Amino acid sequence: MVRFENVGMRYGTGPEVLHDITLRLDAGSFHFLTGPSGAGKTSLLRLIALAERPSRGLVSLFGEDLSRVTRAALAPLRRKIGIVFQDFRLIPHLSAFDNVALPLRVAGTAEAKLRSNVREMLEWVDLADKLDAKPPMLSGGQQQRVAIARAVVARPKLLVADEPTGNVDDVMALRLMRLFEELNKLGTTLVIATHNAALARQLGRPVLHLENGELAAPKAARAAS
Amino acid sequence: MNAPGLAIPFGRGGSNRFLPALTLLMVFLAGLALAAVMDLERALARWDASLTGTLTVELPAATTTNDKSLDAALAVLHAAPGIKSATPIDEATTMKLIAPWLGAALSPADLELPRLIDVRLDPGGHADLAAVRAQLATAAPGATLDDHQLWLDSLARFARSAELTAIAVLVLIGGVAVISVSFATRTGLAVHRDTIELLHLMGARDSYVARQFERQALRLALIGGAIGLALAAAALLALSQAASATAFLGDSVTLLPALHLRGWNWAVLAVLPVIAGLVAMATARLTVLTTLRRLP
Repeated sequence: MVRFENVGMRYGTGPEVLHDITLRLDAGSFHFLTGPSGAGKTSLLRLIALAERPSRGLVSLFGEDLSRVTRAALAPLRRKIGIVFQDFRLIPHLSAFDNVALPLRVAGTAEAKLRSNVREMLEWVDLADKLDAKPPMLSGGQQQRVAIARAVVARPKLLVADEPTGNVDDVMALRLMRLFEELNKLGTTLVIATHNAALARQLGRPVLHLENGELAAPKAARAAS
Repeated sequence: MNAPGLAIPFGRGGSNRFLPALTLLMVFLAGLALAAVMDLERALARWDASLTGTLTVELPAATTTNDKSLDAALAVLHAAPGIKSATPIDEATTMKLIAPWLGAALSPADLELPRLIDVRLDPGGHADLAAVRAQLATAAPGATLDDHQLWLDSLARFARSAELTAIAVLVLIGGVAVISVSFATRTGLAVHRDTIELLHLMGARDSYVARQFERQALRLALIGGAIGLALAAAALLALSQAASATAFLGDSVTLLPALHLRGWNWAVLAVLPVIAGLVAMATARLTVLTTLRRLP
């Protein structure tokens, strides 16, 4: 599903923020990405989510060597990836329904077909009664669940989440993790960046640990499902 | 839930006010310039039609009592090929022509008035004016033949210059519109960078994002353009009314330039907001596509 070999990355002409990253994420796996602030977690997630191009090394996604993929061909690949941002990135003037519907509209899904999918997703995150609510009217936990519904509504093969529990309390954090586990059981590959090592341990999933832009030896709590 | 609409929150951008105001001004100025071009075209055609088919023969005042000169001149004119008619203008008509400047109290005896002959050319014929001039000089010494070409050439030069100036103004307005819309779109791209990146990461093609900006630019330009057109129409009607109010010599002379726009002229002006909308739309699309190419 995801393969990195000796990948380095820098922003513009700045210093390298990721050095010699080599990793492999199999289809259906569930990994946590941990590390201190500034270790490069977000940069690594952005590389996996095709938000950035590597400065060097090989990145392969869904069996495609990205160095051989044209810019135009990246759009269909991105539609196979769902992203959950730490700051939610919901569009404030759109309702919860329209925020969740956005990836489907971007992909050109017909309105009639899209409605049932979006309702189902909002029911899944327990927000069926908030279809018309706009993000400023929702709590932090509700906004994060809308963001998760948006990330998975197009049934992505790969889901990356950057500190999805960073802005919610422990109870909500555990609830969100259970949603991610359900998703993983349905076959989605997950990579979740978190500061919360205890939460990662609690779920017993493999951990990728970053320090100063380098990947430490993987700490597998148990095999990926 | 909302109807499917624009994902980018354009309401927060300054272009919401800037673009309609800009288009309003552009369409207003373009409307005035275009009306001037169309009216000049029509005026030029009218002058050309009314002057090219006529000549005036003027006999010096000294010979006005001598009808022999008049008869001789008329004989030359009647015999010349390509001349349809030659009609002497009587004293009463001549007095009417000069009355607005010199007053009606004068009598022909107070003035040494030249005798005029109104000559109409045959539209299908070919009059040899040089030959007619030569024959007139022999038959009626001192007679002059005025084919109005000097006037017509001067008027045509003036009209063409004014027309070119108006066209240059139109081109300039179009150029400024393109630059301004491009600038407003770039500002919009910067303001909504996060949302655009979000759409990009969802797999939106550049054309999807460009469509959002296009639709917004079209909507704002149409709103501004419609108001600009209404203001231009009001200004043109006001100018026309003002010109009529300064008319004298019947309605033939006005102190202010009189506009005589016809139905199709107004129809052309009505297309201006649509053109402004399309220019704004195309400029926004091109600007967005060029800028987004820099994203990975």
